[in-house]
Amino acid sequence: MDEEEIRRRQRGRAIVMAVLLGLFVILVYAITIAKMGLYSS
Amino acid sequence: MTGMTLSEAQVPIADWRDFLALTKPRVMTLVVFTGLCGLLVAPATLPPALAFTAILCIALGAGAAAALNMWYEADLDALMKRTASRPIPAGRMDRQAALHFGVGLSFFSVILMGVATNWFAAAILAVSILFYVLVYTIWLKRRTPQNIVIGGAAGAFPPVIGWAAVTGDVATLPLILFALIFLWTPPHFWALSLFVRSDYAAAGVPMLPVVAGARSTRIQILLYTLPMAAAAVAPWPLGLAGPVYGLAASALSLAFLVLALRVLANKAAEPSGMKPEKQLFAFSVLYLFAIFGALVLDRFL
Repeated sequence: MDEEEIRRRQRGRAIVMAVLLGLFVILVYAITIAKMGLYSS
Repeated sequence: MTGMTLSEAQVPIADWRDFLALTKPRVMTLVVFTGLCGLLVAPATLPPALAFTAILCIALGAGAAAALNMWYEADLDALMKRTASRPIPAGRMDRQAALHFGVGLSFFSVILMGVATNWFAAAILAVSILFYVLVYTIWLKRRTPQNIVIGGAAGAFPPVIGWAAVTGDVATLPLILFALIFLWTPPHFWALSLFVRSDYAAAGVPMLPVVAGARSTRIQILLYTLPMAAAAVAPWPLGLAGPVYGLAASALSLAFLVLALRVLANKAAEPSGMKPEKQLFAFSVLYLFAIFGALVLDRFL
């Protein structure tokens, strides 16, 4: 495997991880709002 | 790594698609669907964000179990045509990376389930992952032709988890759905293993057709189809589902039985003559989707 291919894969994994972390933050926010709604009702 | 370039490193750098492949996304669709149906037929509702998270956790838990299965079975996968192109046997991923990914995803899915819904559902999710990895993959698969019978329980948990995520407990209906998937798994996998028998034989996996022969496997398929059909129809006479579900489950189970009888009548020993087995395998997937779909439809009609 050449160095350029390794760098390409590392970059791809980093981008996917960044997107997943961003989505996780949104999910935790949505869970928090939903739980607040459950406890206040 | 001093003095060594990246391309000289021995450990392969896996692409993110390889990690996705490790979770067996196609198998996951059935797990997610049955889990979603368990959640939808429960006698209460969750806010959409929590329901989505519950299904996400079931999917991630299934993906984690699949990754750990591929970590443990890399040697077997390398011997079978059907699995030789998976990330580890194909040399695209280090085994250690698959182990870390599987363990990490297992913890993540269970903790997120506990935080978002309840810890009872999280506990069942943890048990299902451990059952698939420890009982099926590590203990039974290489030792007994009954591997798929007992191991099938791991795939039967999703509707129970979906139900538990909403209610915090289990009841008769999710237990019947568990029994249905548990009894469906042997005919489903044995139909497949009949026409990929040479693959399992090459890898030394004691699947029923390899150990007991095709005739015995065909009889067992029919024998498991009968209680499976009974479990499928049971919610109707028990008053847990209405006639829409009852009629759909009866018709689908009858079709399954007819295909199982055609498998029993087939004498072919080579995969080229195993059209009934291939038809039963394809129909079995459709069967489970349709049964669970009918249950949800019945609940909302």
